[in-house]
Amino acid sequence: MSPLDRKLLRDLRRMKGQAVAIALVIAAGVMLQVMMSGLVVSLEETRRAYYERERLADIFAPLVRAPVSVTRRIGQIPGVARVEGRVTGAALFDLPGQALPVQGSALSLPDHGTPALNGVYLTEGRLPVADGRDEALLLDGFARARGIRPGDVVTVTQNGNRRDLRITGLAQAPELLYVAVPGELVPDDARFAVFWMRRAEMETAYDMDGAVNEVLIALSRNAREAEVIDAVDRVLKPFGGLGAYGREDHMSDRFISEEIRSLRSISGAVPPLFLAIAAFLLYIVISRMVQSEREEIGLLKAFGYSNPEVGAHYFKLVLVISVGGAALGCLLGIWAGRWMIQLYTIYYKFPFIVFRLEPASFATGMLASIAAASAGGLFVLRQVFALAPAEAMRPPVPPDFSHAFRFGPMTSRLLDQPTRMVLRRFVRQPVRMAGLIAGIAGSMALSVAVSTLHSAFAYSMDLSFSVMDRSDVLVSFNHALGYRAVFEIGQLDGVRFVEPVRDVPVVLHNGTHSHRGAITGLPPDVTLARAVDADMKQIDLPGQGVVLAEALADILSIEPGGVVTVEVRDGSQPVLDLPVTGVAQSLLGAPAYMDFEALGRALGEPGRVSGARLLIDADKSDAIYRALKDMPVVAGVSVAEDARKSLTELMNSGAGASRYVMGVIAFIITFGIIYNAARIAHAERARDLASLRVLGFSRGEAAFVLLGELGIVTLAALPLGAFLGQQLSHLMARGFSTELYQIPVVLNPESHGYAALFVLAATLVSGWLVKRDLDRADLITALKTRE
Amino acid sequence: MTPAFRAEGLTKTYGEGRSAVHALRGVDLEIPGGEIVVMLGASGSGKSTLLNILGGLDRASEGKAWFRDQCLTDMADRQLTRYRRDYIGFVFQFYNLMPSLTARENVELVTEIARAPMAPGEALALVGLDKRADHFPSQLSGGEQQRVAIARAIAKQPEVLFCDEPTGALDSSTGRAVLKVLKDVNDRLGTTVMMVTHAASIADMAHRVIRMADGQVSDITENADRKSPEEIVW
Repeated sequence: MSPLDRKLLRDLRRMKGQAVAIALVIAAGVMLQVMMSGLVVSLEETRRAYYERERLADIFAPLVRAPVSVTRRIGQIPGVARVEGRVTGAALFDLPGQALPVQGSALSLPDHGTPALNGVYLTEGRLPVADGRDEALLLDGFARARGIRPGDVVTVTQNGNRRDLRITGLAQAPELLYVAVPGELVPDDARFAVFWMRRAEMETAYDMDGAVNEVLIALSRNAREAEVIDAVDRVLKPFGGLGAYGREDHMSDRFISEEIRSLRSISGAVPPLFLAIAAFLLYIVISRMVQSEREEIGLLKAFGYSNPEVGAHYFKLVLVISVGGAALGCLLGIWAGRWMIQLYTIYYKFPFIVFRLEPASFATGMLASIAAASAGGLFVLRQVFALAPAEAMRPPVPPDFSHAFRFGPMTSRLLDQPTRMVLRRFVRQPVRMAGLIAGIAGSMALSVAVSTLHSAFAYSMDLSFSVMDRSDVLVSFNHALGYRAVFEIGQLDGVRFVEPVRDVPVVLHNGTHSHRGAITGLPPDVTLARAVDADMKQIDLPGQGVVLAEALADILSIEPGGVVTVEVRDGSQPVLDLPVTGVAQSLLGAPAYMDFEALGRALGEPGRVSGARLLIDADKSDAIYRALKDMPVVAGVSVAEDARKSLTELMNSGAGASRYVMGVIAFIITFGIIYNAARIAHAERARDLASLRVLGFSRGEAAFVLLGELGIVTLAALPLGAFLGQQLSHLMARGFSTELYQIPVVLNPESHGYAALFVLAATLVSGWLVKRDLDRADLITALKTRE
Repeated sequence: MTPAFRAEGLTKTYGEGRSAVHALRGVDLEIPGGEIVVMLGASGSGKSTLLNILGGLDRASEGKAWFRDQCLTDMADRQLTRYRRDYIGFVFQFYNLMPSLTARENVELVTEIARAPMAPGEALALVGLDKRADHFPSQLSGGEQQRVAIARAIAKQPEVLFCDEPTGALDSSTGRAVLKVLKDVNDRLGTTVMMVTHAASIADMAHRVIRMADGQVSDITENADRKSPEEIVW
């Protein structure tokens, strides 16, 4: 090993504290990059593999009823590769000891073997036998949430008939990656069941002899999906076709796509930002470090080492730290990615995970770190190289302060010497001080943004469940009914208040933009669920027209005054052109609101309701749930408290969970920057401080000069950090928002307070660490040190 | 015979305008090779500046300087580096050892890039430090550190050894030991030794003494009767 390399190793050992701090900051930035991009690739790859393996259909075509032979006609449509017809139906699960009925849906399996499209992934047990009477395959997630095992018998109500089914096995399916109670957006394993029965059983249960009510289609290569959908709709129209739609509009796929999109946008915006801040820190520290080696550089040059040789030596030093940090970041990123992706299996029911990494993320992380570190080194090396070796070997000439600002006699009388020393640094080296302030402000911005994001999650929950929808229970009916049903529910003991609901499944169009969702009809004197504007004030729904949630208006790219085309997927399926009269704040989903009566009129079904919202006495809830379970018209009951819990869990998994990782990383970076700022200040002033001590100043006074400076830098960074943090919050909130939930950015003094406290705490700890060194410093050595 | 060094109208000015410092004001001189040359003068007389320019560590503002027939003042950075690497050894007042390298490694720093170096151990033996080769600078006394610096400078077998106040940080008996090493090098290897000092008595061991004042050569004398380092007192 050459003596220069040995010097390198020993230098690294000497500056290990700082080297480790820098490497950690880089590692944090790179880790986030590798983790986030790895999650995106892994999710995409897992989804692709799963879809392919279980042959998920490209097009779903629900309809009321058609003879099985319709699948042959659809098979003849150009571009269709494979067709599968099946029977689907709603069901209610009656679970022992459970007052609340659980909603579910039943799907048919072909009489023999497995389906050509939309296969199932058996996790336990077996499929129902070919003519298996009363046998069913149950959705794995639901079975586990409810403790149901293969061999157990469950009681279900299908088409109004109660029956017992024996569970033969448990399964997952690619069309059920994401399973939520209808009308709710948030998945909850325990509250929605899916089961599969052989076709003959399903035909009997739902009166569908020789008929199908859903057609699944796989496209051939190069087929045009939109054309096939049009053709399918034409074929199915006489059979009550409810509108075929592509895989990307299927709820399960849409949510996983949203998740991936959100992850991708976060991984596109946040890690580079973290990396940039880490790089900035690296630049400052490395340039400072090379500066302190000025005399050794001069010496090497005096021996006849050329600039490239000296440059290579320092480049190696920088490289060891930055590559070391980046490599650690890659490893941590892989580890964190593996851990994070497990969280996805909680909500997205993948039977297996294909863990992949994005090679580009390694390269980006490595290159960004190396570039930043090298830039810091090169900049200073250039300055040092410009000096003749004789000059470089001398301590730098004292800067010329003859023209600099001087304190007047008045100031001098008011401020003591140490205070003036602190202030002088700011006046005389404004650029360096500004750099430090910017560094600390940048790191504080990360903490503010992460902290704001956390409170925004909480705020959005609170708003959704306390302001926008204050009901305790949402009851939904099998089909639209007269008002009487609502009245009956209102008569139940313990129901304090009842309000009708009219939810209609629709497809909204504006030009080329479209969205499958629902329009919610709200009564004019509505009190439980309401549309609110940005100031959380209730929006009065006019007698005609529709109010769109902001998220929906964005999707459709429409503003108030525009006209949206609404294809109703219910009843007589009218197509309506409705004026958009307003935009509402929304945090959950992308709802559209209409006046209850106006919606009824538009549908040609005035006074019909699809459900009810209730306020109930908590202690009578069990009796109410039991009563609701016995009402044949009730398709489902969802409890606000359950939904709230599900949402909390959802927000804490997947992309939402990455905010915790970011929180930790933000704090590491904040501390790294402040600690290094303190170290640098100490290194720069060690001689001055020792001189002060020799001149008779006390330890405290000397420390004041150093820490006073750090204190002022920190205090100056706080407002700037708060401002940058606010901007960053907006950016991050946009990344975290999905179609499922939007994260609002609210100015939250608490978040700023926490971030500021953390910055101050980091300053105190760093100051204490530096002061400890200062107190230990041997005066003579400090005076002798060239730097 | 071509002199080892020659200078014509060598000028060096630091800074500009009113704050300009004229370190050299037109120096003319010739120095034959193989000698011990001592440059004497008060602080600020320009002796270190002259040494630095002749050693290729600094550039002149005006005038010309030659090493043998190579014009130093015309050299580009890269050529100066080459010149220092191939011909020159330096010894500084404050030793300037790399603190993170042992004595031997400090010497290796130079032998690694030299054309025809001696073995690092041999160089250390020449200064009597072969037993302390694996010590770090912090474990060596000032005199020992300066001897390591000399070993480092002579290990490449340079044509010229430039010494800027080599005894300046040492007590007199240690200083004498260092001077003895320099004389040995000159005697045994024929290396030209150019030494800057303000201890006038050291001039007694030189072949030639250059006195400087106010950035100019005030006087050059040759010693007919040289003293040995042991006889020198300061």
